[in-house]
Amino acid sequence: MHQPATEPRRSIYYDYQVHQPWLASKNVAQPRHQVVIAGGGPVGMTAALELARHGVPCVLLESELQVSEGSRAIVFTRRSMEILQQVGVADRVTQHGLPWRFGNSFYRGQRVFRMEAPHDDNDRFWPMINLQQQYLEEFLVDACEAHPLIELRWGNRVTGLAQHADHAVVEVDTPEGSYTLQTEWLVASDGARSGIRTLLDLKLEGASYEGRFVIADIRIDLPLPTERLAFFDPEWNPRNTVLMHREPLNIWRVDYQLPEGETPEQALEPESLKARINAQLELIGHGGKPWEMDWCSVYSARTLTLPDYRAGRTLFIGDAAHLLPIFGVRGANTGFQDAQALGWRLGLICSGQAPESLLASYSHERVGAAWEIIDEAGKSTRFMTPPSRGFRLLRDAVLSLSLTEAFVRPLYHWRTSRPHEYTRSSLNSAGDDNALFQSGPAHGAPPANVRLGADDFLLDHLGGGFDLLVFGATVPVDVQATVQAWKDKGLKLRVLLIAQVIGQGASAQGADTVLPDTEGRVRARWGVKTDGASYLLRPDQHVCARWMTLDAHRLNAALKQATTGVAP
Amino acid sequence: MTSTGLTIGGLETAYDQLATAIDAVGEDKSELFLVKLALLAAQQLGDEAVFGDLIQRAQKDL
Repeated sequence: MHQPATEPRRSIYYDYQVHQPWLASKNVAQPRHQVVIAGGGPVGMTAALELARHGVPCVLLESELQVSEGSRAIVFTRRSMEILQQVGVADRVTQHGLPWRFGNSFYRGQRVFRMEAPHDDNDRFWPMINLQQQYLEEFLVDACEAHPLIELRWGNRVTGLAQHADHAVVEVDTPEGSYTLQTEWLVASDGARSGIRTLLDLKLEGASYEGRFVIADIRIDLPLPTERLAFFDPEWNPRNTVLMHREPLNIWRVDYQLPEGETPEQALEPESLKARINAQLELIGHGGKPWEMDWCSVYSARTLTLPDYRAGRTLFIGDAAHLLPIFGVRGANTGFQDAQALGWRLGLICSGQAPESLLASYSHERVGAAWEIIDEAGKSTRFMTPPSRGFRLLRDAVLSLSLTEAFVRPLYHWRTSRPHEYTRSSLNSAGDDNALFQSGPAHGAPPANVRLGADDFLLDHLGGGFDLLVFGATVPVDVQATVQAWKDKGLKLRVLLIAQVIGQGASAQGADTVLPDTEGRVRARWGVKTDGASYLLRPDQHVCARWMTLDAHRLNAALKQATTGVAP
Repeated sequence: MTSTGLTIGGLETAYDQLATAIDAVGEDKSELFLVKLALLAAQQLGDEAVFGDLIQRAQKDL
């Protein structure tokens, strides 16, 4: 019988709330569900909220009775915030988080590299924002519990799974014993040690690295800005790397690599932790300051993915689908993109707007993204934790050269998580004018945000369905008719008229929203030079077609392709 | 590559400089020193394909 902890987890800054388990005996008999999501972490909850936006109900199973232990994922990227904005929690993250964009690398007491992530006036969100995972989960729990289409079941753990042609039967264990659930689709968001992945006997592909890191959260009052600090080969931990990040509430994350040959148990002994954290504080000139430990754990870098994120009626997202290194904040930030990419497709399929075969493009796009991340993250990981004598020699040579030779310093910059561009997606329109544009987001790219006014940005107006951006004074009449035909079939599709001139000659006919672009900022960032140009965005806001001159025939073809993955 | 390489005299000078430097940095640092030197030479060469070819030629007959 599943017995999740009923005592609140211990923390010096976070007040854990223990929820009541969902028990089958206290609820009515179960119908066959459309979607069951297993795993109520940040990624599973985002998938549930995304699905709910498309009007599809789901059951969300969480094995524990409270949110995550320790701060875990603490850095969220701009794209993650854009996704969290879509599901309604970005404001709370902004309110509580610490935004930042600078990183510093130190070697032998000298700052040898400073990373400056670009921050455009057109972006609503900062390149990164730091917040402990418990808070993000709390905000997502509040949003899920407030949504009538999401049934969040605490203390429910998947222990068995049988797949059939058109549904799956899931065995769920609870504090009173097990019950079975029938569902058309099972979404596995049950984390790095996914029980569902094991039940289906699916194997991850890729590499594991030997370097292990201690992750410790301490409370200390340090007069330092929110910037990433990385120390290479410090005297107290020779040959290894130490990282520091500021979190809200005077909490600091200290990550340091274990000396070779040391076990995780040895590394987590209180005396060892204390001595090493004191040595690190000494190194940054704050030795002797009082501090308190909140949480610690040991982490090792892995770059692994499932080769296919669909297995029968089961769909994988987040850490259940792939394990990616923390360097470059690629765990949760990749997972949110999975959740968003799956959410709209499953929404369309469950509401009869798209065939099941659309899911092939989910797996293709996201497995491709994972391999791209693995390739990039592998480079960072090989620099942070050199896997062999050769890689260590080269890394040490670069450290040594960096004190006097500027050309090697960019090697300190590990690439951070960025949204994948689905350049070769089967959903991209075959007959549009993508290649004729000289700039702006291309096929498969995420959207470019634009400041429209005070606290008003382009992305605030996009998402939740297909968006057709029409640049000009009017929406062509034949386009209006095609849009209406798709709307009549039940597709969520909105027309946004991006008008340079408001008033004379402009007509809002056929537009759901008119956005004034009097300064031409949207046109500039989207590479539009003439009236009549247009972009079609998928519900995850990625571009699937763009035209120099839009016509009804090609719009129709693009919508068919984007909802089926097949060119008409 | 259009470079005609070193003269005999120049090669002899480089030979002596490198041998002296290896002795000067000592046994435990000579490997690190040689890797740093290789990276500086690669940067000066400005061509990773040519550098890759040099790596292959140096790997012969060890």
